[in-house]
Amino acid sequence: MSALSDQLVSFAILAYLVAMISHAVEYALGNSRARSVAHARELVGAGVGAAGGVTSGVPVGTGASAAERTARRARLAGLVAVAATALGALLHLGALVTRGLAADRMPWGNMYEFVLTGTWIGVAAWLVVLWQRPQLRRLGLFLTLVMVLLVATAELVLYTPIVPLVPALNSYWFVIHVSTIVFASGIFLLGAVPAVAFLMRAGYEQGRRSFPYTLAKRLPAAAALERLTFTLHAFAFPVFTFAVIAGAIWAEAAWGRPWGWDPKETWSFISWVIYAGYLHARATPSVRRNVATWLAIAGFLTMLMNLFGVNIFFEGLHSYGGLD
Amino acid sequence: MTAVDDRPAPPAEAPRRRPNPLLGLLRNSWRQLTSMRTALVLLFLLAVAAIPGSVLPQRGVNPEDVRDYFVAHPELAPVLDRIGAFEAFGSVWFSAIYLLLFTSLIGCIAPRLRDHVRALRSKPPAAPKRLDRLPQHAVLAAPRDGAAAIAETLRRRRWRVVVRGDEVSAEKGYLKETGNLLFHSSLVFVLVGVALGSWYGWSGNKLLVAGEENAFCNTRQQYAESKLGPRVGSADLPGFCIRLDDFEARFLESGQPEFFDAEVTVDEADGGRRQANFSVNSPLRLDGANVYLLGHGYAPVIRYTDRFGKSQTSNFPFLTTGDVGLTSEGLAAFPDINVDPATGERDANLQMAFSGLYLPTAPAAAPFARSEYPAERNPALNLVAYRGNLGLDAGIPGSVYELDQRQVRAGKVREVGTKLLRKGETWKLDDGTTVEFLGTEPYITLSVRYDPGSTLLLVSSAVLLVGLMGSLFGRRRRVFFRVLPADPTSGSPTGGSSLVEAGGLPRTDHPGFADEFAQLVAAIGGDGRSDEEAGVDPDGGDRAGAREGAE
Repeated sequence: MSALSDQLVSFAILAYLVAMISHAVEYALGNSRARSVAHARELVGAGVGAAGGVTSGVPVGTGASAAERTARRARLAGLVAVAATALGALLHLGALVTRGLAADRMPWGNMYEFVLTGTWIGVAAWLVVLWQRPQLRRLGLFLTLVMVLLVATAELVLYTPIVPLVPALNSYWFVIHVSTIVFASGIFLLGAVPAVAFLMRAGYEQGRRSFPYTLAKRLPAAAALERLTFTLHAFAFPVFTFAVIAGAIWAEAAWGRPWGWDPKETWSFISWVIYAGYLHARATPSVRRNVATWLAIAGFLTMLMNLFGVNIFFEGLHSYGGLD
Repeated sequence: MTAVDDRPAPPAEAPRRRPNPLLGLLRNSWRQLTSMRTALVLLFLLAVAAIPGSVLPQRGVNPEDVRDYFVAHPELAPVLDRIGAFEAFGSVWFSAIYLLLFTSLIGCIAPRLRDHVRALRSKPPAAPKRLDRLPQHAVLAAPRDGAAAIAETLRRRRWRVVVRGDEVSAEKGYLKETGNLLFHSSLVFVLVGVALGSWYGWSGNKLLVAGEENAFCNTRQQYAESKLGPRVGSADLPGFCIRLDDFEARFLESGQPEFFDAEVTVDEADGGRRQANFSVNSPLRLDGANVYLLGHGYAPVIRYTDRFGKSQTSNFPFLTTGDVGLTSEGLAAFPDINVDPATGERDANLQMAFSGLYLPTAPAAAPFARSEYPAERNPALNLVAYRGNLGLDAGIPGSVYELDQRQVRAGKVREVGTKLLRKGETWKLDDGTTVEFLGTEPYITLSVRYDPGSTLLLVSSAVLLVGLMGSLFGRRRRVFFRVLPADPTSGSPTGGSSLVEAGGLPRTDHPGFADEFAQLVAAIGGDGRSDEEAGVDPDGGDRAGAREGAE
């Protein structure tokens, strides 16, 4: 069962990789309506020529139909990307379930399992977002990139064989505290993607044409990205707050104090304060949205620091990372 | 601290009086402090100021690490210590930030609390003259009962409604501000809870070996370390006693612990005696204190028989060294032995001490330096015997877990041999005296704590969470309806029946408001006539404007 879980993780990474490439294809084909007819004809001709060397027999027809064809291909690539993401999410879920069955407990006992679950939450939430706002599909390129990187890091660097929980973790609070933390982390992870995309897109819309901004040429409108960023963070923040409070209640029972400035606690305090700052900054009209969004990104960096930095560099009571 | 759009403007100052410069400065500083920008900066500073506390070792978390840091960085550490870097969360700078932040918070929520109470008691405002200027606008056929029917529909949907003649004003979503204020107020209570805990709380750490003679009672002297809040005296500690009867630990093959259970007898402060079990994650809750299981280990029972045939037994705990196999080291000291029964005099130079390693599962072959498993599968005690003046009578404080090395260096204590003892084995020393390893007693390390602020902390955190959700998901909005008088001269297809003009104003960011408004208008318009006649008309601004102009 454990080996099956490992294989499913590999397949999930592959699926995300396919999704990323399809998103990239969609992105590269772009929005045909925005192009000139001549440009579209040239592109189609070159593409076919490269593929088969047959240019004369191609019914180029009117330029408009060629552009339509490009648009159709772009749409097809986008649909393939979404299907691959969904397939990846299913495989990913399968990996989690089999891991949990093999360990006979919830699969949140170490850093590998934590990252695996958090990324799955991120992908699942992304599919929900897509369901409700299909026009944001192109954001998938960045999301799948992040997923491939994180899941692959989990498998290559953080991998830990299955072991039962230490007694300190053996409590129903484990399910309450860790599930909510991992859930909030997954949503924050997803929220960081439109945050970065917004900053690039906002720069692009303001007329900047230097490197990172040009990437945002075909992203959804900045306002929509910003709204998604806020919605995700506003959703994740109370969950995170609950998770921290649940952690404090558990810490009181396990270690005798609700709060003791253990490195993990300190960093979740930092994340909480920064995300609270983001929500306040966004609700304040005099603070520019760019500044607020930078705060959201800073918040996510502190989450990353808490996950990787604290587990690897600091000694503390939360030393369940499983790395030696 | 969210933006409130209708905060009353500060009262204009009297123009003729010269302002007092000091008062002006104070007022400006207060305004600065309670501004959102300052609060944001303070929040960010708070986050940044918390970082050193996680990077540098903290006395409150791990005092040994602080000592190690001083050894490793002899130049830097005292400087850092002076600025409070090893007690970062109690330091002046950290306290300054959060106290300023909370002052700013209180300065911000107090007037808002007042405004909100006022808003809760006041009625929704009168409809503006031009409803078509509002973000949402529609014109629909009036329901049969006019304004009363509209008000009824709104009330059913839990709007706060006021009818003024032909006009209906309604408001909804007070929960947002209520939640917001609850959230911020409970933050203040969380801080109060923390303060109560640190002023009136106390805690102590204790190592407790099994057995009646090792039972401990809750007095300050019995703790290895104790910390009393500034408002707690030694006499305030409740007088209970605890005896460890048994301790059970189970481990996996890898040595990872799986299960702990401590069985104790408790004599409560009121005289009652009871048996109790507790473990990690399920502390022993006593009246006025909680007892937490932090760790466990073994106390080897060592019997020494001196040259006069007198025996003494030590079951002093050996401290674990931090490895998986629970390799423990410690000292069994016998200062009061070799007392001549004839004269009753003790030769201080014939004191005995045995320092050594205890291995719960000794390896099959030498070196016997590390235990292979935390349970006692092959217990062995690796002892080094010392004879001489242990220096215990000099009154110089030293560790009870290791031999005073000054005495060894001074030649006052001499090593007389080394031996690996199995359980039950006896070792005959060069002077004919014997040491016997009888077995072990389990010991546990305990943290005993009392935190009077914890209930307040729990309650205020729960309220905080509820308030936070109200504040994030609540949406304040207003709608207005005006029943327009029938215009018999217009010759409209409605045959002179009256129309209703509706306007909606989201007062906070609310993307779904257009849909909600459309539904509301449909519900009211659907009350009598069909939509075809007058219908929902989101773009009805021109028509309504034209009519208004014609009147």
